[in-house]
Amino acid sequence: MNGLTEIRWSPYVVGCAIGVLSWFTLLVSRHTIGCSTTFARSAGMIERLFRGRKVEQKAYYQEYKLVVDWQWMLVIGMIIGAFIAARLSGDFAWRWIPDTWASVHGGNIPLRLLSALVGGICLGFGSRWADGCTSGHGISGAMQLAVSSWISALCFFAGGISAAFLLFRVIA
Amino acid sequence: MSTKLSQMIWGLLFGVVFGFLLQKGGVTRFDVIIGQLLLEDFTVVKIMLSAVAVGSIGIHLMKGFGWVQIKPKPGSWGRNAPGGLLFGIGFALLGYCPGTIAAALGNGWLDALAGGLPGILIGSGLLAAYYPKLKARIFHLGDYGDLTLPRLLKVNDWLVVVPLIAVIAVIFWLLERAGL
Repeated sequence: MNGLTEIRWSPYVVGCAIGVLSWFTLLVSRHTIGCSTTFARSAGMIERLFRGRKVEQKAYYQEYKLVVDWQWMLVIGMIIGAFIAARLSGDFAWRWIPDTWASVHGGNIPLRLLSALVGGICLGFGSRWADGCTSGHGISGAMQLAVSSWISALCFFAGGISAAFLLFRVIA
Repeated sequence: MSTKLSQMIWGLLFGVVFGFLLQKGGVTRFDVIIGQLLLEDFTVVKIMLSAVAVGSIGIHLMKGFGWVQIKPKPGSWGRNAPGGLLFGIGFALLGYCPGTIAAALGNGWLDALAGGLPGILIGSGLLAAYYPKLKARIFHLGDYGDLTLPRLLKVNDWLVVVPLIAVIAVIFWLLERAGL
């Protein structure tokens, strides 16, 4: 099939396919697609390596046990799936700095890594505060018509749009 | 094969498909995510709303047939609004979200690997550390539990699903007409 080697597919095709995928995850696995819990469990597992089993006693890790679960496997699968897709189209490459970042903030690698690190901290803290991310709330929760998910998704974009204009239009 | 093991394999397979689709959709790229947040490239919104439209039909049909149960996430203003806004700030700084960063790793993005991934792990771990305090003081504010839009409006699920899809279709039409 020719489409497999194309770099980009129509966003409508991709979105509809993700919609169909979410029928099957619910039907076959009784799970909806989500990602951010996996990072919380992984953070706890890494902390446990250094501080031992007492980490498991934290209230948060009593609710979200430090185990490899369905969603953890989903996230590992995503890395593999994206790698396959990128290789098929020749779009795979090791790269440090995205073009949009370079055009506004230059090609300084430590600066980009610092922004990614700080952004990641806000993202990890915020996603667990809101109890979901762009996939768990923004796609899965929104299709379940959950009030919590629609409010979260609107806030993701309200915060994101404001911060992006500051970072790439006002400061720059 | 035990159910648990087979479900782990299903999780992995579903993840491969999801990651494949995200990469083909272009959202493993910082430029596409930031383009969305700068309201110049609507790829992210198109993917998310298409998925929501198609997904909502399927899961509500299956719910009607009694094939699946839907468990909406409970929430509150104290959880979803501040958490969501902070998430948004991180989204703009990092240019990936927890799902697309996994796919971005598979695409070879080293800013995701060396900056974003440790950041998300640190941020998640910090929230876990502050969880008891935040839960006691903030998370319960404006609690709405696992409320859904149909229950809020006191109507049948389909009276929300069908108009929602109509609104999504209009948004797509407007975006295409505007050349976005």
